[in-house]
Amino acid sequence: MTDWRTLQDQLAATGYVAADDLAMALHLALMLGRPLLLEGAAGVGKTQIARTLAGLKDTRLIRLQCYEGLDASHAIYEWNYQRQLLAIRAHEGSEDRVFSEAYLLERPLLAAIRQPVAPVLLIDEIDRADEEFEAYLLEILSDYQITIPELGTITAVTRPMVILTSNGTRDLSDALRRRCIYSYVDYPDRATEMAILRAHHPGIEAVLLGQIVGFVQALRKEDLEKVPGVAESLDFAAALAGLGVNDLTADPVALQAALVTLLKTQGDRAAVPLAVAQRIAGKAA
Amino acid sequence: MNVTRFPLRAAGPAERVAGFLAHLRANGMALGVADCGLAMAALTHVRTDLHEARLALKAVCCSSAEDFARFDDLYAAYWTNRGRERAGNATAKPAGNDRQRSSEFSEQDGMTGSGRAERPDADGTGEAEQDGQGRLVGSRIRNLMRVDLREVVAPADMAEAEAVATRLARAIRDRRSRRRRAAKQGEALDLRRVVRASLATGGEPLRLYRRARPERPTKLVCLLDVSGSMAVYARVFLAFLKGLMVADAQTDAYLFHTRLVRITEALRDKDALRAVNRMSLLAQGFGGGTRIGGNLAAFNANYAKRLVSGRSVVLILSDGFDTDPPALIGAELARLKRRGCRIVWLNPLKGWQGYQPVAAGMAAALPHLDLFAAANTLDSLAALEPELARL
Repeated sequence: MTDWRTLQDQLAATGYVAADDLAMALHLALMLGRPLLLEGAAGVGKTQIARTLAGLKDTRLIRLQCYEGLDASHAIYEWNYQRQLLAIRAHEGSEDRVFSEAYLLERPLLAAIRQPVAPVLLIDEIDRADEEFEAYLLEILSDYQITIPELGTITAVTRPMVILTSNGTRDLSDALRRRCIYSYVDYPDRATEMAILRAHHPGIEAVLLGQIVGFVQALRKEDLEKVPGVAESLDFAAALAGLGVNDLTADPVALQAALVTLLKTQGDRAAVPLAVAQRIAGKAA
Repeated sequence: MNVTRFPLRAAGPAERVAGFLAHLRANGMALGVADCGLAMAALTHVRTDLHEARLALKAVCCSSAEDFARFDDLYAAYWTNRGRERAGNATAKPAGNDRQRSSEFSEQDGMTGSGRAERPDADGTGEAEQDGQGRLVGSRIRNLMRVDLREVVAPADMAEAEAVATRLARAIRDRRSRRRRAAKQGEALDLRRVVRASLATGGEPLRLYRRARPERPTKLVCLLDVSGSMAVYARVFLAFLKGLMVADAQTDAYLFHTRLVRITEALRDKDALRAVNRMSLLAQGFGGGTRIGGNLAAFNANYAKRLVSGRSVVLILSDGFDTDPPALIGAELARLKRRGCRIVWLNPLKGWQGYQPVAAGMAAALPHLDLFAAANTLDSLAALEPELARL
């Protein structure tokens, strides 16, 4: 029995610092063979955990990015019509022949259940897809098989480890929620964020690290249109390191310049002028 | 509210876990029979430890952000036999509510959090003062829906009103034409065009054309009465309007008392609470009597020509107490009606027992209305959804 702490440590070793909630949810999803549904704000590392997991298990990551209007032919499979037509023209070919494997285009979901080694299947931003697609997905996630009318039913060779993410643009159906192990990924607390930054930028001094995390955490409490996530704070740290800043309060101009990595809209830029940024930095120090 | 106590003489772990799931279910979490088996299976994969068991059950039993936020309290209530008692009007949500952050340096400082000060029932006799005493946190959602809107003042409740409005607006808006037109991502093939185009490729239908039913969205126009008699409802209705605006960029909104004010732009403020507070201040600035007839006349003269068409629904939120002659309301509504729109009148008084539309203005308006409904609780607003969808 692999312990969930071991999993958490393994994740940490590859640079992903997971909170207890998330590590336990992932552990159970793997143990029980259920999909894992992750919700939370943008930029808290929902997508990244799938990548990390694929790296950890040394397997393929198959990603399906959802969008409005996504349908079966883009997500599951599609016949290669042009090749079929050519084949018919060339050989006066029979129907059986053109509806065979050679003319089938694999899309992410079909690819995921036909891998020799169980892959990690990431279904990103499922809330953007339409409700009909969610219903398709339910069928695949419960039986791990896909029926192609012309070919028959294709059953999974291996069960992929499925991770779904959602940003809450639309409410997901209860049926999908019930089928999944659930975890809500929040912005990391101070200690966790310190650990994340340390893992990615080992060169930064402890004092500056504390200042950066304090600054970003204080900024998240402000009334912003787009709250900076973990990815943004990593960029921020990298930018400060690149500018040669050793103390956040020392050089207000450099600080203001580095803010481009944290504040991504015109409104937010205007909301945090030089003086305010300095005040927050002063408090964080 | 059901507080399922930890059974002292439960037969074994299975029964205790089943009891826990029943406890969660009683607190409004959607859990089925199969979830119990899953929970048991999950527990076999962790050490027997209160913290680990909590994390495991949390991952298995929760299915939404709200569940996730309150699970820990429910867990403690059951397994350690002590729930967090809710003291007073504790309506602040524990997580996931970014809109309520106080802003340290915004100009609107102080306005954002001023919901408490402006509450109409600040004298402490309202139900809002007492409704939470001694209950577990899990029970609050269900109660709120039945409280008269006068008592709804806390930010979380306003958010609820907004959510109801957004749903309603969608119900009204969703209209699709019966005809089909060419469209890139249509659901049906346009066989006629496909065959025509196939002539160019020697009879092979290589290019597929599609068609779909175009949307013919309904436009909403809202007129909100903020006179003295409606003042107690004004804040919630403003939140409600705000919700309508969120659902659709074409919605149009007005306030009226003795004058008509267009508030469409102001309501589009991204911060819900700030917008409502701004509106409340605006509304309070005038106060006093109502001139429904006169304001409808002003609306007809200035805005209706441009903004009201056969695809509009005009929503009037008012109690119908008018200082203008009642004949004026009738005449102006008839004039508005001639533009082909549908008129819905939501009256908070109608939800009261034994209400009769005796106010002369209300009586004069009745023959011109497509729908006359109560609007005194969130329940009654939510119940409008099918009615509005039918309009």
